[in-house]
Amino acid sequence: MRRVRTTVPLAFPLALVLATGVLGTFFDRATEIYFINSLVSVSMVVALYVFVGNSGVLSFGHMSFVAVGAWTAGVLSVPVEEKPATMPSLFGFLGDSTVGNIPSLLLAALVGGVFALVAGLPLMRLSGLAAGIATFAVLEITNNILRYYEKIGPGLNVFSSVPETTDLQQAAIGAAVAILVAFGYQVSRFGRQLRAARDDAPAARAVGISVYRQRLIAFALSGALAGFAGGLYVHFLPISVDAVYLDLTFLTLAMLVVGGMTSLWGAVVGALAVSGLDSVLAEAENGLGGIDLPAGSRTIVVGALMALVLILRPEGITGGREVRLGPLLRSRSQKEGAA
Amino acid sequence: MTGLVASGLTDFLRSAVDPQVQVDAIGIGAIYALMAVGIGLVFGVLRLVNFAYGQLVMAGAFALAFASDRDWPVWAGIVLCFAVVIALTMAMERVVFRPLRTQSAATMLVATFAVAFLLQAIALVIDQRDDTLGEPAASLARLNLPWVIFGTDVRKITVVAIVTAVVCLLALVLFLGRTTVGLQMRAAAMDFQTARLLGVRANRVIGSAVFLSGVLAAIVAVMLTVQQPLVTSTFALRETIVVLAGVVVGGMNRLLSATLGGFAIGYASGLLGGALPTEQSQYLPSFLFGLVILTLLVRPGGLFTRGGGPVERV
Repeated sequence: MRRVRTTVPLAFPLALVLATGVLGTFFDRATEIYFINSLVSVSMVVALYVFVGNSGVLSFGHMSFVAVGAWTAGVLSVPVEEKPATMPSLFGFLGDSTVGNIPSLLLAALVGGVFALVAGLPLMRLSGLAAGIATFAVLEITNNILRYYEKIGPGLNVFSSVPETTDLQQAAIGAAVAILVAFGYQVSRFGRQLRAARDDAPAARAVGISVYRQRLIAFALSGALAGFAGGLYVHFLPISVDAVYLDLTFLTLAMLVVGGMTSLWGAVVGALAVSGLDSVLAEAENGLGGIDLPAGSRTIVVGALMALVLILRPEGITGGREVRLGPLLRSRSQKEGAA
Repeated sequence: MTGLVASGLTDFLRSAVDPQVQVDAIGIGAIYALMAVGIGLVFGVLRLVNFAYGQLVMAGAFALAFASDRDWPVWAGIVLCFAVVIALTMAMERVVFRPLRTQSAATMLVATFAVAFLLQAIALVIDQRDDTLGEPAASLARLNLPWVIFGTDVRKITVVAIVTAVVCLLALVLFLGRTTVGLQMRAAAMDFQTARLLGVRANRVIGSAVFLSGVLAAIVAVMLTVQQPLVTSTFALRETIVVLAGVVVGGMNRLLSATLGGFAIGYASGLLGGALPTEQSQYLPSFLFGLVILTLLVRPGGLFTRGGGPVERV
């Protein structure tokens, strides 16, 4: 019983992601895109959650790990013969080799993780606003270099001719993998130590927890997940450097906060709720069921709704708590006892 | 290799002391300092980093473009700009900041993100009514013409920016030092709870800080529009990001250090932009934000603050 109860916080997010995947198969290709997109968002937001949710420190830099992952997977998986057309000035080994789908995703995770680890070594000494601005600086630098350095990618152009292997199945499996890793981390001793430090840093220090080391571990792991999500993303859409910059940073952070920053359940619910709403509005812009919104009004509605949720329910939709069956079971047994 | 670096550095220094580069850098620094004051004032009383500050400036720029489009006289456009920006600032305070006042810094920051995103989306829809990108605000452009002083082009707006910044900062110092509301504002910035216990009215103090930050945003809107007459939905976005970094680098806890931080980062970006060779100047943000990270690592509490940061004890 106890074992069942501890896996409930894992089962619900997984079930939600799988249900989204299954639901997507009932629609045509044009609508399926929205489902894939929301599942890729889930993996990004879960990656962000691993650091932000467990440490309580905001990071504006995670889209740089997503970008680096997307660049790794994208550059490596374009077929060799098509590389000169879009990326003429690649470094030799990048231009001469190509890898398959799964290896490219794993390499994306590896590069994202290593980059986060290296960036985190100095940055995790900071906290509060200084940490926020420093992670933002990482985003600016990464974006600036990817935008102009054409030896490692397409520069200002979009990633064309990357095999589009992120279908509904791969997106769902990817999101599920991200959730599994995030859950495994948050119930491990590392995750628990970091959450202790988040809730009461002086007390955590007093029992011998190194806040710096725990933050660094979480940052590197969440960077790896973000790189993986970036890999999924580049295999889904022909993206450019602007797709993994400010707008996505804002959107993923808002998804996390709207869902509830401090729980895995919140991350998954927030990602699905916001991207679901965004999809419905996108359809409405094209004319859906008699409603015909003018172009561009979608972002207005999404922005307004997010501001509204934050004002009315600042802890997020889930209140930042995991799913627990405890209250449900208890009330049932009490009723049985009464009868 | 070292020779190459050394010669690059000499070239950089030689261009950096060029009066033209210096004048432009000081001009950028002055505008950024004004934005830093606007952000720092609100942070002082609310502990809120207003990411949507740039969108206030953007709204003001759209007002100027609107006036210019209808051939209003320049003064009427500026009046409209001030009215729009101040109304929007006060509305933002009432609708967003006030309900969130007791929430965590993270929630408030993300909420201002949402507001910024919302205002930008609205601006994009307005911009896209016609099929051209951006709305021109040409009526102010003649302020952008240069005076030539000792072979250096000094654009009129640079002089206006520096003078305005100095005047505004002096006025602010007098306001904070010599008036009751200013005193209350400083008290609230130091310890909000105690200030309230001693009879400082929270809404009034916050309202005046937000109002002043709105006035500054309108001034910045006018000056930025002179320099970039094509107004788009991302107007002032880059500037805000850089100023936010500068404010934190300078030290958010005191208005003076925040202002100096804003000036310093504007000056640094003007210097790097003017003195870097062309093939490297596209990497300007990398240099600038690399400097930001370095400074934060060396002085996390702020470049212009005294003493170490507070350490929480049990």
